[in-house]
Amino acid sequence: MARRLHVVSGKGGTGKTTVAAALALALAEQGRRTLLIEVEGRQGIAQLFETEALPYEERRIAIGPGGGEVFALAIDAERALLDYLQMFYRLGSAGRALRRLGAVDFATTIAPGLRDVLLTGKACEAVRRRGADGRFVYDAVVMDAPPTGRVTRFLGVNSEVAGLARVGPIHHQAQAVMRVLRSPETAVHLVTLLEEMPVQETADGIAELRAAELPVGATVVNMVRPPVLAAVPDAYGDDPARLHALAATLADAGLPDAARTAAPLLAQGRAYAHRLVLEAERRAELARHGIPLHELPLLADGIDIAGLYRLARLLRDQEW
Amino acid sequence: MDAVPALAVDPLLDDPGTRIIVCCGSGGVGKTTTAAALALRAAERGRRVVVLTIDPARRLAQSMGLTELDNVPRPVPGTATAAGGELFAMMLDMKRTFDEIVEAHADRARAEAILANPFYQSLSAGFAGTQEYMAMEKLGQLAARDAWDLIVVDTPPSRSALDFLDAPQRMGSFLDGRFLRLLMAPAKAGGRAGRKVMSLGVAGLGMVTGTLGKVLGAGLLRDVQTFVAAMDTMFGGFRARADATYRLLQAPGTAFLVVAAPERDALREAAYFVERLAADRMPLAGLVLNRVHGAAVPELSAERALAAAETLDAKKVAPPGMDDHRTGDADPEDGRRTPDPDIPPPDALAAGLLRVHAEGMRQLAREQRMRARFTAVHPEVPVAEVAALPGDVHDLTGLRAVGDLLAG
Ligand SMILES: Nc1ncnc2c1ncn2[C@@H]1O[C@H](COP(=O)(O)OP(=O)(O)OP(=O)(O)O)[C@@H](O)[C@H]1O
Ligand SMILES: Nc1ncnc2c1ncn2[C@@H]1O[C@H](COP(=O)(O)OP(=O)(O)O)[C@@H](O)[C@H]1O
Ligand SMILES: [Mg+2]
Ligand SMILES: [Mg+2]
Repeated sequence: MARRLHVVSGKGGTGKTTVAAALALALAEQGRRTLLIEVEGRQGIAQLFETEALPYEERRIAIGPGGGEVFALAIDAERALLDYLQMFYRLGSAGRALRRLGAVDFATTIAPGLRDVLLTGKACEAVRRRGADGRFVYDAVVMDAPPTGRVTRFLGVNSEVAGLARVGPIHHQAQAVMRVLRSPETAVHLVTLLEEMPVQETADGIAELRAAELPVGATVVNMVRPPVLAAVPDAYGDDPARLHALAATLADAGLPDAARTAAPLLAQGRAYAHRLVLEAERRAELARHGIPLHELPLLADGIDIAGLYRLARLLRDQEW
Repeated sequence: MDAVPALAVDPLLDDPGTRIIVCCGSGGVGKTTTAAALALRAAERGRRVVVLTIDPARRLAQSMGLTELDNVPRPVPGTATAAGGELFAMMLDMKRTFDEIVEAHADRARAEAILANPFYQSLSAGFAGTQEYMAMEKLGQLAARDAWDLIVVDTPPSRSALDFLDAPQRMGSFLDGRFLRLLMAPAKAGGRAGRKVMSLGVAGLGMVTGTLGKVLGAGLLRDVQTFVAAMDTMFGGFRARADATYRLLQAPGTAFLVVAAPERDALREAAYFVERLAADRMPLAGLVLNRVHGAAVPELSAERALAAAETLDAKKVAPPGMDDHRTGDADPEDGRRTPDPDIPPPDALAAGLLRVHAEGMRQLAREQRMRARFTAVHPEVPVAEVAALPGDVHDLTGLRAVGDLLAG
């Protein structure tokens, strides 16, 4: 069965929002409907798609490369709390009083877990929602989730809640959310770069997710620079004859002043090759986690709509 | 561009009037690295320095002797002390720092009750802003000890550099705040909020707390109420201490360094921060532009390098023998060598080197555009550039290299 809830996490700044958006586009194929959810209240999706700020409602923001629709939702924790209270307690005007007192703000900040309950709850509701025809409203839901350091707690919060509230509607709701999150329908993907700290964080994140029995999906290595030089043979360092030959080759190719520039170009190439070696080590480290590794190139001109679709086409060819 | 002043790092480090250096910026730009490199450099130039790091990369922490999170500054082994300086380093433990505040400000029984309170435990372990608040708190403590003549502070890895300035006060207000007090004694609370509660009636508040109690989970609200009761004497203290540290940051001995990578998002954050420091009259020393890329031969353009690479590629598809003659007689004066089959001829290598160069030049151009955008808006901010080193910075040698680059 295809996965229906894709949670995208990763170290800050590695490209979670970008990858989540590209994945939503990639999944929206052949008429499939995808919902892209943002939970951190930063309007990153709207910025990416170059549209105005998203309201707290699902609205269509794009058509995927295969023709399917992408809807987006920026969840507002405060509004979600009021909805939640309304659903369970039919508050009426007391809801407004709560708000005036700052109680909602209080509750969502004092118990960061509560915020997470609301956010994950909303995502799972979208995953399970069925239309009048009895079919799922969304074929896939993609969530731009909190960073690696917080994601396990974020997703696991409902198991804590189910433990605290032993009976009643909240208990059932929390259990239902955990069932979705722990099911094979869900996958948590981690975005990383081929740098030391993101790779370390990915390893820690995978271990934590597994310990919490949350399904790990794929690692997405983002901003990869396709190599333009394989290696610099050692022989080219200390042998003046070879440097000479290199300079002659460069001069032949039309380079002015090659006798002077050959050595610095060689040193620059050597540093580049050294970085590639480090990157290869990190890639091997990532591969050891035994989950699929997908790579996305660094787009030299940054990410605009066209770039986003390019990334989406690359992701579309992968198994999700 | 040349109107932008260079940041004079050594004079800043050597000036006995410089007492606190704060490294801030958005996540992952190199704050921790910069803080550690500056501290090491200052110490090796003769000052008695302590660096407060937050979440350093594991290997860097190990090489600074920070193997234990014990919340106490430790001497950094391997620091050169010839100039008479010393370096101490510590890693912030936010929970421990919070515990210490409680222990210092409440009597034993009360402190124990607070530390055991489940609400306190979740608050001290991970409340949004706790880390920033505790970093400020620790800075205040280190400054009060007066045992060092320079304190270098790293800031938490938050998304926005502004969090470091805002979160402590937000948390201070929260801890001292009206809703916590309302929970305690609605009738006593004055002001607008109090009247509102009164007009809602006791039943109203009961309904509110009752609802929250259900939503927040069984005992949480009760825990909060117990916590508030136990902390009662400390209220005001949080806000007051956050304010005191804030004032310390405005003092003339403090220097802020905003760290940024030459990328759009990081420089945008840096610009916000610079504006905010000015608004709050906090002394900005300059911008550290970290992980800047250079080029080996700056006068060789990307286009020219690529054109040359293509010329070489074209030769490669030519019939064999056309392009490999040069390897054999690479150096006519040096008759000792025959071609080594394991070493590729220079054509492939040369084309690769030219492509590496072209890529570097494009990146350089991009970074310079980003930098120019920042300096156009803030031409008064001195800038120090630190080159991207080929590997990560994870030992004192690496830190010294960063220090040298910082000093220009
Ligand atoms: N493949 C790519 N090529 C080029 N630029 C990229 C790529 N992926 C992401 N970026 C850029 O990197 C920056 C960070 O990306 P993004 O905002 O998606 O990261 P994030 O992990 O969501 O960050 P945060 O932790 O702040 O939420 C953005 O400027 C984005 O445009
Ligand atoms: N100038 C540099 N050259 C190479 N690597 C660097 C440089 N500055 C920082 N790094 C590396 O970048 C990563 C993030 O740096 P760090 O100082 O921890 O950032 P921050 O504290 O801002 O989150 C680390 O792995 C560090 O070694
Ligand atoms: Mg994001
Ligand atoms: Mg750091």
